[in-house]
Formats: sequence, structure tokens, C-alpha cells
Amino acid sequence: MRKLLFLLKKEFRQIRRNPFMARAIILVPIIQMLILVPAITFEVKRIDLAVTDNDRSPASRELMAKLSGSSFFRISATPGNYPEAEALLFSGEADMVLIIPDDFSEGLAGVNAPRLQVLADAVNPTTAQLAWSYFTSVVRDYNREVMISRGTAPAALPGIAVSPRFWYNPTLNYKHYMLPGVLVILITAIGLLMAGLNLVKEKETGTIEQINVTPVKKWELIASKVIPFFIIGLVDLALGLTVGWIAFDIPFEGSLLLFFACAAIFLVGVLGLALFFSTMASTQQQFLFIAFFFVMIFILMSGIFTPSESMPRWAQQFNYVNPVAYLMRINRMVMLKGSGFYDIARDMAALSVLAVTFITFAIMAYRKRA
Amino acid sequence: MKRFMAFVRKEFLHIFRDYRTLIILFGLPAMQILIFGYAVRTDLTNAGIAVLDNAHDEVSAEIIGKLEASEFFEIKFHLTSYDGIDEAFKQGKIKEVVIFPENFGARLTREGNATVSIIADGSEPNTASLVTGYTTAILNDYSSTLTRQLTSAIPVINPEVKMYFNPNLESHFMFVPGVITLILILVSALMTSVTIVREKEFGTMEVLLVSPLKPWQIIIGKVAPYFFLSLVNVIVILLMAWFVFGLPVRGSVALLIAECMLYILLGLAIGILVSSSVDKMENAIFISFLTLMLPSLLLSGFIFPIENMPKIYDYVSMILPPRWFVEIIRTVMIKGGGLAVIWKETLILVVMTLFFMALSARKFKVRLGEGTK
Amino acid sequence: MTDQKVIEVEKLVKKFGSFVANDNLTFDVCKGEIFGFLGANGAGKTTAIRILCGLSRPTSGKVLVAGIDAARNPEEIKKRIGYMSQRFSLYEDLTVTENIELYGGIYGMRMKEISTRTADLLNRLDFQQYGNTLIRSLPLGLRQKLAFAVAVFHDPDIVFLDEPTSGVDPITRRQFWEMIWETAARGITVFVTTHYMDEAEYCDRVTIMNEGKIVALDTPAALRANYGTDSIEELFVKITRPKTAAV
Repeated sequence: MRKLLFLLKKEFRQIRRNPFMARAIILVPIIQMLILVPAITFEVKRIDLAVTDNDRSPASRELMAKLSGSSFFRISATPGNYPEAEALLFSGEADMVLIIPDDFSEGLAGVNAPRLQVLADAVNPTTAQLAWSYFTSVVRDYNREVMISRGTAPAALPGIAVSPRFWYNPTLNYKHYMLPGVLVILITAIGLLMAGLNLVKEKETGTIEQINVTPVKKWELIASKVIPFFIIGLVDLALGLTVGWIAFDIPFEGSLLLFFACAAIFLVGVLGLALFFSTMASTQQQFLFIAFFFVMIFILMSGIFTPSESMPRWAQQFNYVNPVAYLMRINRMVMLKGSGFYDIARDMAALSVLAVTFITFAIMAYRKRA
Repeated sequence: MKRFMAFVRKEFLHIFRDYRTLIILFGLPAMQILIFGYAVRTDLTNAGIAVLDNAHDEVSAEIIGKLEASEFFEIKFHLTSYDGIDEAFKQGKIKEVVIFPENFGARLTREGNATVSIIADGSEPNTASLVTGYTTAILNDYSSTLTRQLTSAIPVINPEVKMYFNPNLESHFMFVPGVITLILILVSALMTSVTIVREKEFGTMEVLLVSPLKPWQIIIGKVAPYFFLSLVNVIVILLMAWFVFGLPVRGSVALLIAECMLYILLGLAIGILVSSSVDKMENAIFISFLTLMLPSLLLSGFIFPIENMPKIYDYVSMILPPRWFVEIIRTVMIKGGGLAVIWKETLILVVMTLFFMALSARKFKVRLGEGTK
Repeated sequence: MTDQKVIEVEKLVKKFGSFVANDNLTFDVCKGEIFGFLGANGAGKTTAIRILCGLSRPTSGKVLVAGIDAARNPEEIKKRIGYMSQRFSLYEDLTVTENIELYGGIYGMRMKEISTRTADLLNRLDFQQYGNTLIRSLPLGLRQKLAFAVAVFHDPDIVFLDEPTSGVDPITRRQFWEMIWETAARGITVFVTTHYMDEAEYCDRVTIMNEGKIVALDTPAALRANYGTDSIEELFVKITRPKTAAV
């Protein structure tokens, strides 16, 4: 136990002496929060719509007015013909193109079925689909207005009005969603990278050999590496959370204690992983490559961008051993929905099992002698 | 020339001898393609929802049937009151609740106007939008069908949509260009800077400088392997995309490869610049990461569309090469655009490349001069 | 030098795959002795010393260090020995005192004891002004001396030195050996490897290793007499020449 204290003293001294690290510990969370959170959003703000109006009638102009009047669309161009319109899609100047045929108003008068042709840039299929559903809504509303103004009974045009309410995040603020995710990435990166690089550096310089030849026990050495970065990880989490609270006014509905408890368990697991990876590398660069590779996998699969429920079977099964997936879910549930202990008990248990497993791997893999 | 080739060969050996480098060089792109191709889905399937039917009439039953039948949804609960909703959301079991008021069917057929309430779990905004969007679509579809059934005399506008570039609405189309961008900058910039700095840190750079090799030969020799490896990487990624999910290169392959080579050169120039500014490998890694990797991943439009970000990001991302390159790749690969469409972006990249090359050439000369004093 | 054996090695073999780094080494070291392990680079010296320190496991053979079986109980050995590795291994970003404190604490010394001994050490080495200097700011010669001082700070039974004088100027080398004599006089056994043949003269007994085998073991004087050479260096070349001639 005494030995551990001496080791810890040394670790903290070294961290304090390293200006780079000291600055990184404070700045990285702040910068990540401030820059990343507003950027990573899937919210569709405004769709650039180009319209080719071959009808040029009051009806078509009314339709265009209704479209540009909606908050979703912005009429960005009015190309004169089909090829011009198409070119706008290719160049990316328009997200969507509406071609109003020359018999549109006739169609509305009942001569034949009124058509509209839409070309959508579907490289990003989600935004394309959302844009299309907004479009059809506007068109439908327009349709009803036109018919009713001509005297048709509303009953003949049944329309279901939908009023969606969004609980826990009424304005569908993406920041509220991304912030817990960015926090998770933050402590994963700091925990894993910093701790691992630190250990591998001792390997590289040879100071680890000097420690190996002393009576310091394996667990004492591992503890001396885990504890400092555990503390730093939690501090950074608190820092990130504070920045998020101040800058973005995110809600925190659930229990802070629960939140930090889960983060603590997660950190232990991540640090165990870091140690395990460090046994696979003899230089810092090697460690970085290995760690980066696996961290990428964990983060991408964790459901940070997209819900993990819509992933294929095998992906969801993978996530049983993905600590990031668990913490991501727990964070969001606790922060935004105020989920309590019983709600996340299963996730927390799974996370604990993973943490213990990773630390065990680390202890088994680390050898004091070759 | 022979000396030069021997030097280049040594560099290649360095790379291939270390399995960890190979993991990053080849494993990473393969892994990303697989994950982005198969695991990360931006659309929705089997989302759990709940239904609260206060109407209990034919109409609501029919609509609920449609929801049930849709592949987007899976009805987990048929609730009988508002009480269970909060609980179900908190446990994460459902994404939305669809509520039919009393007399729903009657209102709809008599007055032509009825309201359905949807409560969605807003803690996942993306899912919430999609879920409410799909639900609304199903409801709209139903009312349109109803209209057509009632009378054919009323003109109902029928908009048709043609989804360009991606008729099957696959999500990996937008990711593969991003993966290419990321891998290229990783290999060409990060690895180059690290390998050059490593020689500096271990003092072997001085040995090289004293050898008959000229400084430019040393630099070119160091980066040449990464140039080729990056190209190989691109080709591997393209082949994987083609075989794994049938993603074609719609535009000119030659143009695509040429643009990739340009981007690789840019990455190499940046890598050389970084290496001439730092002395320790860990710092090279740190800087490369922060200034190249993270922005490439998150601010380049790879995953998150730039137009959805606050305006200022739009301006800032203009100085980030990945932003332009993602645009180019997407246009050439997926839209099939030619040079005529992307000449502007290409020009910007060319200017950036020249700028960085000039800057690093100058900085390196100065540094080398200092080193050999 | 007494007759009590502190290191007993019998038929030590260490293989890395099919490569035999230590080939049936047999030797003893007595308490208080300065025992030298000579040989060219790659002869197997570092491998042997690492086994004796418990840093590496022998493939076969009997190895007793301070009476403890190195193959089965390496951790016990570590409590009784000190080690100075070939690669400099004090923490560059800590000060002199901080490094000493760390190792003193690891070996179980009380804080009071640590500070008194530290002051004492700094005095003896004439290091007083360096107490709060970062290691990385010290010149090489000072670093080496300090590393040695740290290795024996906790009064181990045996101290192992792996090429301690590499790359150091002749004056510092001489001062270093004075420290070694002082240490041995305190009753600490010194086991030192080196490729400087002239340093053999400073040892009580010397072993010459070549390609994993011990080819000579005796006092320097006896060795010179036996092989009829004036210096150990000459002797070394003579013994190993047939194999090294081809180089």
C-alpha cells in the first residue's frame, strides 16, 4: 500500500510537470464541447429547392409561394428547363428540384390528374426522405386549400392532422442529444489514449524496467497508472458537463450521482483496455494505432449517430461487449429523460461486467518479466 | 538513383514489418467500410412504438393495422391510458406513442378533419423526426386513399419523386467518400509526419543528412511509400465498396484517381510541414490528430451535412481540405459529375497543395540548415 | 570478500526460440565480492543479468540469488537487490530528490530515513546544488553516478550493474569505480557487466563470456598468468580470436 502511495506521488508530479498534458486536460474538454456539439447535427434546417415552372399560372405561383413560405424550403433558383434543373442537382446547388408541368392548372380544374415531378438529391437518403415528406405535406395542404376555396365540402377531403409533441426535448434540440455523446467520446479518448501513451512511454524510455526489478507488485503498478487517469477522466467529465450546461443550457433531469457512478465504472473498463493495449505495443506510435483502431470501432458502433436499434442483428450483438454503447445509452437516458436506477440497472450491470473483464485482461497480460 | 531506391526499399520494409502499422493502413479502411456499410444505418427499422386507441373504431383499427404492417415500426404496447407512457419512454422501450382520440373515425368521415396526437421521445431527435415523419406519411397515405375512394371527381395532386444518384436510398453512398477522405489524410499526413519526426527524434536523421543522399531525396524517399500505399488503399476501398455493396463509380475513374492523387499530395505536404515543426513523435501525433483527423471526421460534411451547422462552421470549413475533397469525391463517384462540375473545388485543392508544399519546403530547408551546423 | 556464497548458478541455459543466449553457465559469487562479467556485445551478459534479477525466466538450470530460487521466486529476490540497467532509467521529468524518494519509498524506507540518507548522499557526491534539478538537465556523467547511488540507496545485499560506464568520460569512469569499491567495502556484493576490458582489473574475479558460454573465470592476475598476457584485453582477443578472426 505504501508503495502505491509513492508511485501515485510520482505520477501526479510527472503530470503536473508536463505542460502539454496539463493544458490538454483543461482545454480538450472545453474545445470539444464548444466546437463539436453545435456541429454534429442531423437536423435539416433548410432545403434548397429549385423550381422549373412550365405552367406559369396563378395556381403554380400560389404553390411556389406556399413552398417558400414554409420554414423548410428556400427557392434557390428557377431554372428554365429540365436539363438546367438537373445540372443544379449535379452541382449541388439544389437539394431538390420541382418541375411543374405545363398542364398543372388544367389538372387542378379537373381536366386530368394534376401531376408534379420532383427530383431529389438522395446521396443522403435521410435528408432526402425528410425533404420529400415535408414536400408532400405542403402539397397536400395546398391541395385542400384550393379545393375548399372552390367550394368543395371538407368532408369530401378527409385529412388527418398530426400534432407531434416531443417529450424530454420539446424543441428537438440536437445539442441535447449530441452532448451526452460527445461527453462519452471525451472520456473515452482521454482515458484510453492518455493512460496508454503514458504507460508505453515508460516502456520506450526503459523506466518501466527499473520498476519491474523492484518489489512493486503488479496490481500496485497497474493501480498507480489507473488511478490518476481515473481521477482526470472524472474531472474532465465534470468540466465538460459544466461547459455544456453553461454554453448550451442542456437539461439534466436525472441523478448526478448515478451519472458519475456509471461514468466511473466505464472509466475503469476503458483504462483496463488501455493497459491491455499497451502490452501489445512497444512504442507510442504503435499503441496509438492499435488504440485508435479499436476506439473507432467502439465509437462508430455505439449508436452515437444513429440508433443502435436499427442496426443489423450482428451489430447489436457486438454492442453487448461495447462499453461505449452502454454509456451512450445510459447518459442519454439519465440526462434527458431522468431515468432512474431501475431503468438503467441492466445496462449498468453489463457495463460493470465489461469493466471487470477488461481490467482482468490487463492484469493477466501485464508481465513483470519476459 | 540506386541509393535512392535502396532508401525507399528500407522505408517499405519498416512499414510492412510492423503489424500495427498494417492494421491502420489496411484494417482501418476495411473496418470502416464494413461498419458504415452495414452497421450504421441512418434510416429506421423495427422502431418500437405504442398505440393508445381511445376511438376503438374501424378507422383507427385500419390505421393501426397499417402501422403494424409497416417495416419501420413494431408495436410493443397497446396502452389503455396515459399512465404507462413516461415509464415506457424512460425504459427506452418505445420511441413514440400514437394516440387516437374518441370519435376519431366519426369525425374524420363526417367533418373531414380529425387529429391524431403523437408523442415522440425527443431525447433522440434524429429518431424522433424520422419516426414522426414515417407515421405522418402513413397517415397521409391513408387519408389520400380515403379521398380517392370517396370520389374521383376531386383532383388530388399526385407528386412523384425520382431519387437521384441513390434510387435504393442506401446510407452507405454518403459514407464511402468520407471514409476515403479520412483514410487518405490519415495515411498521407499523419503517418508521414510521424515517420519523419521519428528519424529526427532518434538522431538517425542526422546520419541520413550526412550521407550522399540529398535532403530532397530523403524527404521524397520517406513519403514515396505512403503515396503508393495511399493509392493502393483507395483502390482497395473502391473495390470493397463495389463488391460489398455494389457501389459503383459513376463518373470517370481516371478523374477520381487523379483527384485522389492530388489530395494525397496535399496530405503529404501537410505531413511534411507538421514534421518540420515538431521534434517529438507524440507531439506530431497529437497535432495531426487534432487538426486533421477530428475535423476530417466531423466538420467536413462526411457524416454531418455542413449546411445544417451554424453558419460560422461553413466559413471555417472552407480552409479545411477534407471539406472540398468530400464534395469532389461525392460528385465524381456518386453523382457521376465531371471536371466541369468540380473544377472550382479542384482548383482550391491545387492552390492549397502548392501553398503547403512551398511552406514546408521553406521550413524544412531552414530546419535542416540548423541541424547540420 | 568472504566465502559465503550469495549467487549460485549451475548450468544456466536461456533460449529464445532456437537461439541459445546462455549456454550452461556455471559460477558462484561470494558476499562482498566485485564480480565482473566481461564479453563483447551480444555475448549474453545482459540476458544473464536479467535472469539473476528476476526480470527473465531461465529455460533450465539452477539459479540461487541471495539464497532464493530465481526461477520460482523472482519477486522475493527483488526485495534484496539493486539494479542499474543499461538504459538510463531515472525519470527525466522528476528532480534528483524526487527520484530518490520514489525508490526509497518503494523499498520500504521511512520518510525520515529517506531524507537523512538523501542529504547524506548529496553531500558525498557533492551534488548538494542539484537536489531540486530535473534529471534531464544533468550531464551524463552525473546521471550515471546518480543512477548507481539510487540502485544502492536501500542497502541491498547485491547490486547488479549492466554496463554502467558506457559512453562516459575516463575521469567519470574512475570516479564511478571508486563508488563501486566504496559500496563493496560496505558489504554489498557488486555484480557488474562491461565491455571495457581494462575494468576487469578492478574486479575481484572476472568471467569472460563469448557466444553464450563462459570461456574463462578467475581473478584477473590468475587469468593473465594462465594465458601469458599482459592485459585482459590481450587475453580476450586471444581466447576469442579464432571465432572473431573471420569478422
